[in-house]
Amino acid sequence: MTETTSQPIPSQPKRNLFQQLDLDVRLLGMIGAFVILCIGFNILTDGRFLSPRNLFNLTIQTVSVAIMATGMVFVIVMRHIDLSVGGVLAVSSAVMALVQTKLLPTYLGLGFDNPLTWIIAIAIGLCIGTLIGAFQGWLIGYQGVPAFIVTLGGFLVWRNSGWLFTSGQTIGPLDKNFLTLGGVNGTMGEAVSWAIGIVAVAVSLWAMISSRRGRISHGFPAKPAWAEGVVMGIVTAAILGFVWILNSYDIPTRKLQRMFEAKGEVMPEGLQVGYGLPISVLILIVTAIVMTIVARRTRLGRYIFATGGNPDAAELSGINIRFLTVKVFAIMGFLCALSAVVASARLQNHTNDIGTLDELRVIAAAVIGGTALAGGAGTIYGAILGALVMQSLQSGMAMVGVDAPLQNIVVGSVLVLAVWLDIQYRKRMGAKL
Amino acid sequence: MTASDTKSAKQRRADGDTPLVELKDICVSFGGIHAVDHVSVDLHPGEVVGLLGHNGAGKSTLIKVLSGAYQMDSGEIRINGDKAVITNPRDARTYNVETIYQTLALADNLDAASNLFLGRELTTKVGLVDDAAMEAECRKIMGGLNPNFRKFSEPVSALSGGQRQSVAIARAVYFNAKILIMDEPTAALGPQETQMVAELIQKLKAQGIGIFLIDHDVHAVMELCDRASVMKNGQMVGTVNIDEVTDDDLLSMIILGKMPAQIAAE
Ligand SMILES: Nc1ncnc2c1ncn2[C@@H]1O[C@H](COP(=O)(O)OP(=O)(O)OP(=O)(O)O)[C@@H](O)[C@H]1O
Ligand SMILES: [Mg+2]
Repeated sequence: MTETTSQPIPSQPKRNLFQQLDLDVRLLGMIGAFVILCIGFNILTDGRFLSPRNLFNLTIQTVSVAIMATGMVFVIVMRHIDLSVGGVLAVSSAVMALVQTKLLPTYLGLGFDNPLTWIIAIAIGLCIGTLIGAFQGWLIGYQGVPAFIVTLGGFLVWRNSGWLFTSGQTIGPLDKNFLTLGGVNGTMGEAVSWAIGIVAVAVSLWAMISSRRGRISHGFPAKPAWAEGVVMGIVTAAILGFVWILNSYDIPTRKLQRMFEAKGEVMPEGLQVGYGLPISVLILIVTAIVMTIVARRTRLGRYIFATGGNPDAAELSGINIRFLTVKVFAIMGFLCALSAVVASARLQNHTNDIGTLDELRVIAAAVIGGTALAGGAGTIYGAILGALVMQSLQSGMAMVGVDAPLQNIVVGSVLVLAVWLDIQYRKRMGAKL
Repeated sequence: MTASDTKSAKQRRADGDTPLVELKDICVSFGGIHAVDHVSVDLHPGEVVGLLGHNGAGKSTLIKVLSGAYQMDSGEIRINGDKAVITNPRDARTYNVETIYQTLALADNLDAASNLFLGRELTTKVGLVDDAAMEAECRKIMGGLNPNFRKFSEPVSALSGGQRQSVAIARAVYFNAKILIMDEPTAALGPQETQMVAELIQKLKAQGIGIFLIDHDVHAVMELCDRASVMKNGQMVGTVNIDEVTDDDLLSMIILGKMPAQIAAE
């Protein structure tokens, strides 16, 4: 204990700008890489990549994988893995499609596009996903079958169960209300989007201020006020900037005309209306916030991270690791079903191959986002950013016209490179994890 | 305070009071190895019982039965005279058994406060984990245990061995233990911190807490304990009153596995 020999308290060592701001350097690195990627593609596509239209599409394409990636963070933090997420997504999607196109309208006689249909379908889908996840978690936690094996089996079982239920047919068109959850068919318009953005800014600033007050009232060291101000400024700009981008993608004139005609009105000449925030993106944002709160501010989250850091210690502290495993996989299953809602609504049908290869995308997103496969470390926002990076890479290359095999080669290499960089970074920082 | 509260542990034993803890005829085996072989010990309130023995003698295994980490194959645990059923660490906590494990059992990726409160987090009114309150409590207790401890916001993997040990000790004493198990609590501590732990043991003893202390340092055992039990190869060599033996007696019990009287007779 060299540190504790009685010496005068050392003065605070000189800290660099980043340390003073107390920003996550890793996160900044990822954002930096993402920005470079975007600018690069933008140059290669003559400005098409960073057009509002493409950014809008990129956002809604990312949602499904990003939702699942937040759950994968918990799974990997617990030192497990889930290879079945694409399969669970597929079977949940199949069940929801059957419920809303066959069971409710025909057998229960609710008719098509009944306002209850989408709610019942989604509720059933979410239950199915959660139950499947809980069952897999039970096999892993209570029966001791490794997660790799359980979910590898699940990978085959669930996707093909969906196939069996639907006899391999594409099911659609889906319920009208259900389709609004897919992205482009359900956006909130400019005014509501701005309002949501402003509320989001207010809530984040309030959260930061109250956390700072808490630290100061307990007499803990807090970062300097100017640093706090800078971070608040960045957060405000990021939220409002995001809303601004989504608002600047205008609904195509012909589509707008049809919308007016549907209401029996005539569209004013030269009217421009932005899409605004898609509901699916709002679902992702809410998921991210809830998952972040669970991770940081609930016992459940604390136990997940403790178990990932040292399972024996967690057990000796009285944590029921087995039940915790069930809970984590149940959450994962729930999120797969939620993704199934967004994915099938976006495609407007249930197809057999929905969510194919999603398990790899989801794991890659979590890992690129800094979730350590050794367990015990990972963030929700990192995983979402990871999903965004992966999606940008893929659509960027498609826009540039890179051949499919080369696209996959690049994505695979980037995954390995990202993890290698992360390891180098952690070594530099001297962290053991 | 009633009269019985002020009695010394020695007096209690002499009066035949019900012990705080009785471990009776405990057996634990791993595969074919009898790690603990028909071992019995007891502990009175306000008493410190030292557990001694060579590496692999079975000391940690024995106390892990009491702390709920291991299940015994046969035997009986009595707490305040009543049969206690301890099948996991949560059960042990309900009997106010707290343990400082030899391996410390810390989650390396969490900070000191999160480890201190692991499994018993303080929460806000809405049920969220209250990190600020936990850090405040953690600063308070660490102040009395290791005043130079300052790394409150780093994960414990960034702490020195002794600092980690301080966190483990803080966790065991924070929650009003009645029965405290300390498995080599000072193994990584410097002289000053070891002294503070010695003082802490005296203080807890005065509060009527019963302590099992596992330590390889015979000298420390002589200083802190009321009785010492020596184990060898999973079996109990014997239990002696500290004021009736010398350092050398204890050493020869550990090494030869025989009671001082036996050795004298030979
Ligand atoms: N989980 C386990 N699985 C198998 N064998 C074990 C296990 N834990 C302990 N043992 C064995 O039980 C015996 C007693 O071990 P124990 O840890 O109780 O010794 P100890 O007296 O605490 O030793 P030390 O002074 O080195 O801490 C040893 O032979 C050990 O190898
Ligand atoms: Mg031991």
